[in-house]
Amino acid sequence: MSRPPVDYIERTAERYGALGYPPYQWVRNDDEPPFAPMAKPLAGSRIGLIASGGVYRVGQIAFHYRDDSSYRIIPRDCEMSELRATHFAYDLTSARSDPNVVFPLATLRAEAGDGGIGEVAPNAYTFMGGIYSARRVRERLAPALAERMEEDAVDAALLVPA
Amino acid sequence: MGLIAREIESRGIPTLSMSSAYSITAAVRPPRAVYLDFPLGHTAGKPHDTALQRRILRDALEALVTIDTPGTIRRLAYRWSKDDAWKDSVMRPHPDGASGDDRIERHPDPQYQCEDDRIAAEAAIERGGCRGCVFLS
Repeated sequence: MSRPPVDYIERTAERYGALGYPPYQWVRNDDEPPFAPMAKPLAGSRIGLIASGGVYRVGQIAFHYRDDSSYRIIPRDCEMSELRATHFAYDLTSARSDPNVVFPLATLRAEAGDGGIGEVAPNAYTFMGGIYSARRVRERLAPALAERMEEDAVDAALLVPA
Repeated sequence: MGLIAREIESRGIPTLSMSSAYSITAAVRPPRAVYLDFPLGHTAGKPHDTALQRRILRDALEALVTIDTPGTIRRLAYRWSKDDAWKDSVMRPHPDGASGDDRIERHPDPQYQCEDDRIAAEAAIERGGCRGCVFLS
């Protein structure tokens, strides 16, 4: 018998409370989200990838842990062995052993190779989630990444938090 | 990530958000999501289990095409293990009395996975800058 999902909002509140910190303000939207239907079949679609698990490529500057709202561009043909992961809020053991668990680039490439999707977009984008300022994400990072999706002419975007 | 999904979708590009944190995803309400009941850090599967990673990705892509109600979070059927004992210890105080606050201090300097990465990044900066690093003002 499976048990209900871990409620990370509740557990964060418990832990912050126990430490005497003010509660974290999670983003809450009560309105209906925007919705754009798929315009063409997957097999003919270019799929973009954005992941927030703190993945960077060797030679790039790593993320830092204080409200880092920068992002990294990872070319689609990047070797998985060149990828690294850094983050303050999750256990990195699996991601460092196999980045596909939080950044499924090789998985997407395999799917494209088998014709399940048309192609992987030329670049994938990574950042480090856990940014405290929702305003900064809303006003700076989200528009910047959305512009990248437009420039890359993706037909759909896959978003992978850690 | 839900805010980013909404921004992209508002420009007419469909998005599919993967999630292993149901309550956080339900609160932010991205346009479409799949929920995988795995520990954080495994949103797209288990390490080195490429068959499972492919199945999860295909389910996510299927959701991208078939979800037609905005805000739907589709639960995937995979389980991390036969029992859900891993859920007991998530963000909970350790039995030995330690606080359970195992977060790392929030340094504003880059947190490299290994020292060689720092050397590689600093060498790249010397040669003219970090390729593929975008810092927003």
